[in-house]
Amino acid sequence: MGLKKPSMPGRLPRLGLVLAAGLLAGCAAVPVTQGINDPYELTNRKIHGFNKGLDRAVLRPVAKAYGAVVPGPARRAVDNVADTLDLPGDILNNILQARVENAANNTLRLALNLTVGIGGLVDVAGAIGLDEAQTDFGETLHVWGVGEGAYLERPFTGPTTARDSVGGVVDLVLNPVRLALPERGAIAATAVQVLSVLGTRDRFSQTVDSVLYDSADSYAQSRLLYLQNRRFALGQAAPPDAETADDGFIDPYEDPYGE
Amino acid sequence: MANDLALTRRSFALSLGAGLALLALPNPAAALTADEAKILVDKVVADINAIIGSGNDEAAMLRRFEKLFAAYADVPTIARSALGPAARQASDAQLKGFAKAFQGYISRKYGRRFREFIGGRIEVAEAKPLKSYFEVVSTAYLQGSSPFEVRWHVSDNAGKSLFFNIIIEGVNMLASERTEIGALLDQRGGDVDKLIADMAGL
Repeated sequence: MGLKKPSMPGRLPRLGLVLAAGLLAGCAAVPVTQGINDPYELTNRKIHGFNKGLDRAVLRPVAKAYGAVVPGPARRAVDNVADTLDLPGDILNNILQARVENAANNTLRLALNLTVGIGGLVDVAGAIGLDEAQTDFGETLHVWGVGEGAYLERPFTGPTTARDSVGGVVDLVLNPVRLALPERGAIAATAVQVLSVLGTRDRFSQTVDSVLYDSADSYAQSRLLYLQNRRFALGQAAPPDAETADDGFIDPYEDPYGE
Repeated sequence: MANDLALTRRSFALSLGAGLALLALPNPAAALTADEAKILVDKVVADINAIIGSGNDEAAMLRRFEKLFAAYADVPTIARSALGPAARQASDAQLKGFAKAFQGYISRKYGRRFREFIGGRIEVAEAKPLKSYFEVVSTAYLQGSSPFEVRWHVSDNAGKSLFFNIIIEGVNMLASERTEIGALLDQRGGDVDKLIADMAGL
């Protein structure tokens, strides 16, 4: 389950059953928020309905067709190129976060996949265990001490938080690839990323469908999945101490009714 | 207080000696349970790997998942936790009926999702104590995506090692099911019996 792109209504990074790795060091200890802060629930629910309609009418059928028509190896190559296009932005954020190891890891990954991996078509680095240390400007803000803020669901892009939606805009504007490429190249890069989103929507169709269409309350379910997974991705910077930390997990033996 | 007074020099020395002896031992009880927790998850993962590699049709796979779930998971505890505050008012018969319906429901739901693991594998790494239970960390390797983490929470509270939660990249099954069951219950005006009757079709 490696939804790497912000797939539209789901935006469930790596969410399979329900949904990054790297032991990072030397970052500010920002407490990972617990609970749900959703003051705009009414508006969010309306946008969720819109996104769901869009998924049903456009994204889901197009993704299905893409999965059926384009052979697996070609789809994988598209995903690999899309990942490679993400790397310069990742590296920039790694540096802004002062995470030297991740910056080095992603730089090596970029160099290997661009050369041996034929311009990013083949994920050579992944094959030798050098996986993408995926990040974004929302995480950079987190590292800088910005709290997540209110939960939001945005049209087209789906679940996010106040902090992460600002981060998303910064990532879009400051994307090194788009800034470096000529206009036609930038359009091609966007096209590859759109295809990759289609591939992801198709690959995890059962999970995404089950959240969006089989849940009793797909809004609440998407919100929970997004927040848990996002906090997990950010919390990895500082693994909780098993003895003392409240990791937010549930102990049904101590708290049988979930109160 | 009485115990403090009774602590003569001799008994103090004795208990100190006993305490040190205990410290010197590598806490056999905890080690055993951590091992048991890992053994349990090893078994579950071996079964899951066998099911997703079996090439069975979906109905047969789902039946096997339900068996696996009934054998290795603490279904009554998971069900009660998923039912949330409503479980407090429920009668024993309702709790039993709900647990039974929940077992089928959750096996179908997660069994279908495990189909996405076809062609992949899960590897179990380590078990460590967490709060009053044990956490077993495993890694799922799926075709076409970076490996990701699956954690299993295992307790022997029910008399033997059983898992009660699965956490995939931070997303935990219990929390997700609490939200879902809560919403299903709301749709039925809080009627647990109606929920039990409807769950067979979910």
